[in-house]
Amino acid sequence: MNIHEYQAKALFEKFGVPVPKGAPAKSAAEYDSALAQLPDGPTMVKSQIHAGGRGKGTFTDGFKGGVKFCKTKADAKEMAGNMLGKTLVTAQTGAAGRKVQTIYFTVASDIKKEYYLAILLDRATSKPVIVASTEGGVEIEKVAHETPEKIFKVFIDPAYGLADYQIRELIFGLKLNATESKNAAKLIKNLYAMFWETDASMVEVNPMITTPDDQVLALDAKVSFDSNALYRHPEIVALRDLNEEDPKEIEASKFDLAYIALDGNIACLVNGAGLAMSTMDIIKHYGGNPANFLDVGGGASKEKVVAAFKIILGDANVKGIFVNIFGGIMDCNVIAEGIVQAVKEVGLKLPLVVRLEGNNVAAGKKTLAESGLTIVSGDTMADAAQKIVKLVA
Amino acid sequence: MSILISPETKIMVQGITGAFGGKHAQLSIDYGTQVVAGVTPGKGGQFFEHSGVKVPIFNTVAEAAAATGATVSAIFVPPPFAGDAILECAAAGLDLAICITEGIPVKDMIRVKRAMTGSKTRLIGPNCPGLVTPGTGDGSKGGCRIGIAPGYIHKKGHVGVVSRSGTLTYEAVYQITCKGLGQSTSVGIGGDPVNGTSHLDVIKLFNEDPDTKGIILIGEIGGSAEVEAARWIKANCKKPVAGFIAGATAPAGRRMGHAGAVVGGHEDTAEAKIAVFKECGIEVAATPTDMADALLRAAERMGVSLA
Repeated sequence: MNIHEYQAKALFEKFGVPVPKGAPAKSAAEYDSALAQLPDGPTMVKSQIHAGGRGKGTFTDGFKGGVKFCKTKADAKEMAGNMLGKTLVTAQTGAAGRKVQTIYFTVASDIKKEYYLAILLDRATSKPVIVASTEGGVEIEKVAHETPEKIFKVFIDPAYGLADYQIRELIFGLKLNATESKNAAKLIKNLYAMFWETDASMVEVNPMITTPDDQVLALDAKVSFDSNALYRHPEIVALRDLNEEDPKEIEASKFDLAYIALDGNIACLVNGAGLAMSTMDIIKHYGGNPANFLDVGGGASKEKVVAAFKIILGDANVKGIFVNIFGGIMDCNVIAEGIVQAVKEVGLKLPLVVRLEGNNVAAGKKTLAESGLTIVSGDTMADAAQKIVKLVA
Repeated sequence: MSILISPETKIMVQGITGAFGGKHAQLSIDYGTQVVAGVTPGKGGQFFEHSGVKVPIFNTVAEAAAATGATVSAIFVPPPFAGDAILECAAAGLDLAICITEGIPVKDMIRVKRAMTGSKTRLIGPNCPGLVTPGTGDGSKGGCRIGIAPGYIHKKGHVGVVSRSGTLTYEAVYQITCKGLGQSTSVGIGGDPVNGTSHLDVIKLFNEDPDTKGIILIGEIGGSAEVEAARWIKANCKKPVAGFIAGATAPAGRRMGHAGAVVGGHEDTAEAKIAVFKECGIEVAATPTDMADALLRAAERMGVSLA
C-alpha cells in the first residue's frame, strides 16, 4: 500500500525524521489556513499523487510541472490553482494521468547538497538494507549502473537491529562534516525505526539534503507498506487513498480477488498467480493484448467467479474474455457453473474462450456445452490463447 | 528414490482442526500419506478422524513428534500465527517445516529466517502448495502428499519439478504425466519474497538424487533466485533442465498476486531471467504449454532418457 508524500512526512516527523515544514490543502478554501502554518518566504507547491516524476510531469491542460518553486506564499497560493483538481501525467502514471486532489505546501529549503537514502528488503539476504548515495535527486538505478562506487549499503541483522557502526559506515561514505554527520546519524536511526515499526516495505528519501547551516532534511518521501501486515496497523490503513486506486481494483479487493488493470483488450480470469501471469504472457505471445491480471484464487466459489466476471466486463476496452482454469483441487464444474451463471446475469456479447483442465473436467465441459451459450472451448492453454486472439483481432 | 519426502515419511499437520488444514489432511490421508498427528493448541487429546483413520491431536509440535515419530510438519495456521508455528517446528528439531499459509507479514519472515540460522529444520514456503512424491497406486496413490497439490495428476517417475507458483507446478506435472512420464518429487517453494528453501537448494537436491533424470525449473518476475539457480546449473548440473519464467507482460512495480512477484529493476524482469536461462544452457519453454516438451528437447539434446 502506498501513501502520499505529505502523509509520509507526517509519519517521518512522528519518528523524529526532520523534514521541511509543510501543510496540505485539499481544496482552494484550505490554501490560506495551510499557508498560514508556514513562515513567509520561498515556498514549494507540490502535487500529491501516488506516482513519481511529478516535477517533470505535464497537466492535461498543458501546464508544465507538478512541483513548483515560488518566491512568496502569495505566489504559491496562485500556483496551487494551476494544479489542484487538474490531471497530471508523468512518466509513471500512464497516458491517463492522475487527478491532483491534494496540494502540499512546504518551505523551500536552501540546499547545500543532495543525497539519496532508502530502506528496503534485500531478498537475496532476507534482511533490510539501507542504501545511501552521494548522488541525490537523480534516478538511483542509473547511479548504480554507471557509478556503483558512489552507492553505500548496509544489511541489517533483524535480531540486533541497526548498529551504530553501520550508521557510521554510511555517513563516512557520504563524506559529511561533523555537524552534518551528527544530524544524519539521528535521521538514519529514526528512519530505520519508522521502517521497522510500521512494517514498511520501502522508504525512499530522494533527495535527502544538507543545508548551509548543516541541517539534514528529508526533502522528498516515498513510502510503501507490506499489505500482509496492515492488519496490525490500523493507523496506516487510515492513510489509504481510494482516489489513487483503479475502481475495478477496489471492487475486486472486496471479493478477495487479485486484479490489476492493464491497457489491452483481452480480459483474463485465471486461478493461481503464476498461471494468471503466464496467461497474460501467452496472449501477448500470440499477438494479443491482455486487459488485466486476475487471480480468482485456489478455492474460488461460484459467487467469486460471478463477481470476477462483472469486474472484467466493467472495463470498456475489453473485446474478448479468456478463462483459464487448472482445477487442481478446485472442481472444474463449479467454475463452469459460475461462468454460466455470470454470463446469464450480465448478458455477454463478447467472444468467450474457456480452457478447463483438472478435477472433474468432463462435468465442467458438459455444463458449458449444455448451457446453450456461445462458448469456445480450448484444449490447451496455447490453443485457447490462439483462439481468443483470433476472435478479438 | 525422491527428495525430501518419501511414502514412509510421517507427517503432522499444524492447524488440522481448521477448515483448510482439515480438508487437505483428509486428501493426504486419501492419497495414502502417513498423517500421524495433528497440532492445535488447546485441543490436545482429541482426534481427527477420516475414513477409518484416527489421527491424535497434540497441544505442541514437540509432543506430537515425541509421541508419533513425525519428522515433517505441514503448516495451515493463519498468517498472524504462522511465523510462530514455523519456529515451533525448528525448536522441536523436525526435519522439514512446510508452510502453506499465504499472507504472512514480511517482517515476521525476516525474523523467523534469522532465528532459524543454524537450525537443522529445513523450511519450505511459506505461501506454497507443498510437496508431492508420487506413489505407485491408481492416480499415484501411496505416495507422500504434503500441502494442497492435487495428487492424482502425478505419476511416479524421474522428473523433478520446482516452482514458486502452485498452478504452474500443476501444469508442468500434468504435462509430464500426460506424456507417459512421471515425477520423482514436485516441490512448490512459494511466492513470497522471503522464503525458506530456494530454487537453488532444490536444484542441488535433484542433482544429487539418482532417481531424478531431468528437471523443470519454474520461476517468475522479482528477486534473483532463478538467476542464482541457473548459474549454478551451468557450472554443476549434468542433467537436462527446462525453464519457464512467468510475468513477461507484468507492469513494473505492481505486485502480481504473489507478494514476491514484482519487478523491482532491470535485473528481475522475465526478459532478463530468460536471457540468463538461455546463457546457462537451460531449455526455455516459450509458453507454459511447452514446459514438458522443452524438457524433452533438452533431454534429447543430451541423449538422456526421462523414462
